[in-house]
Amino acid sequence: MAKLHFSLVAPERELFSGDVDLVQAPGTEGDFGVLAGHAPFMTTLREGKVTVRDGATTKVFDIQGGFADVGPDGLTILAEHAVEAA
Amino acid sequence: MASLKEMRNRISSVKATQKITKAMQMVAAAKLRRSQDAAEAARPYARRLASVIANLAAGVSGDGAPALLTGTGRDDRHLIVVAAADRGLAGGFTSSIVRAARQHIDGLIAQGKDVKIVCVGKKVSAQLKRPYGDKVVENFDLSAYRQFTLSVAQPIADVVTRLYEAGDIDIVTLFYSRFKSVVVQTPTALQLIPATVEGVETPTGPTAVYEYEPSEEAILETLLPRNLTVQILSALLDNMAGFYASQMTAMDNATRNAGDMIKRYTLEYNRSRQAQITKELIEIISGAEAV
Repeated sequence: MAKLHFSLVAPERELFSGDVDLVQAPGTEGDFGVLAGHAPFMTTLREGKVTVRDGATTKVFDIQGGFADVGPDGLTILAEHAVEAA
Repeated sequence: MASLKEMRNRISSVKATQKITKAMQMVAAAKLRRSQDAAEAARPYARRLASVIANLAAGVSGDGAPALLTGTGRDDRHLIVVAAADRGLAGGFTSSIVRAARQHIDGLIAQGKDVKIVCVGKKVSAQLKRPYGDKVVENFDLSAYRQFTLSVAQPIADVVTRLYEAGDIDIVTLFYSRFKSVVVQTPTALQLIPATVEGVETPTGPTAVYEYEPSEEAILETLLPRNLTVQILSALLDNMAGFYASQMTAMDNATRNAGDMIKRYTLEYNRSRQAQITKELIEIISGAEAV
């Protein structure tokens, strides 16, 4: 299965960058999931959890606001605040 | 000629100064590394944000575009944000930024434009208060912050947007020092409003049709103020790295100068000590001969 290039960037630093299977994020108009080959799409985000799935591993980040940009080269989330959830 | 004791005192005082400058140099070097990392780490965010805005701006046409992007269409009233250091002892760091800003301000005044100034950093307000006291609208003192985050840049951005939304200004320019390397920092002017859409990514080929949630304009409207804050933050981070770099260089020079001074004084001290010993010997010998 094709992989999705995903990066999660906070103002202070880049928290995650790599190829994953699935990313789920809280959009202002509803949660959404992004797989590889998603149509170009841009949305603002609300506070919530970003779940990153790659094979058997799952990573969860807590974010506060920001926005997501799905382009031909993958998904980029620019979060205002982001921390990896324990 | 100074007495031997005076010379000894002088040498030891220069030595003490050298110790301090040496310590400051090492502290600055350590802090430089940290602030350089911080400046580097903040770059991806700023770059991405800029490229997204460039993409969006290309799509949003004329009338619907937010005022932060297009400007007011006039350039009569300028706001100059000058950001430099809160502390001194860093060579010409603040002065070089202030000089660039003053050139710009004087040019605008000569053209009969209205100028307002926001000072970021204690040393900046000190240098700009005298020539342009009546034009300074805000002073920020960031010396309390050990590291810069968005919450530090936010109040500055708030002042800028408040003035802009009140219709008091048309163009906003930020002066700061761009950190190129440890030895090169150039004072730079960055136009904040209307937003300069850098040609980061000129649309390559037919750009796919984007879906926007909510609308394009709504996204742009939330992004632009954030971009303003992020631009200010990265300027602050660049400044911090530049400040420590130039403090390191300045203290390195000072240490070297002190070393030269110690060498010179020691030479002089030894010479006059020798001369005195010789003189005493002559006195003793000629005294013995006379007997």
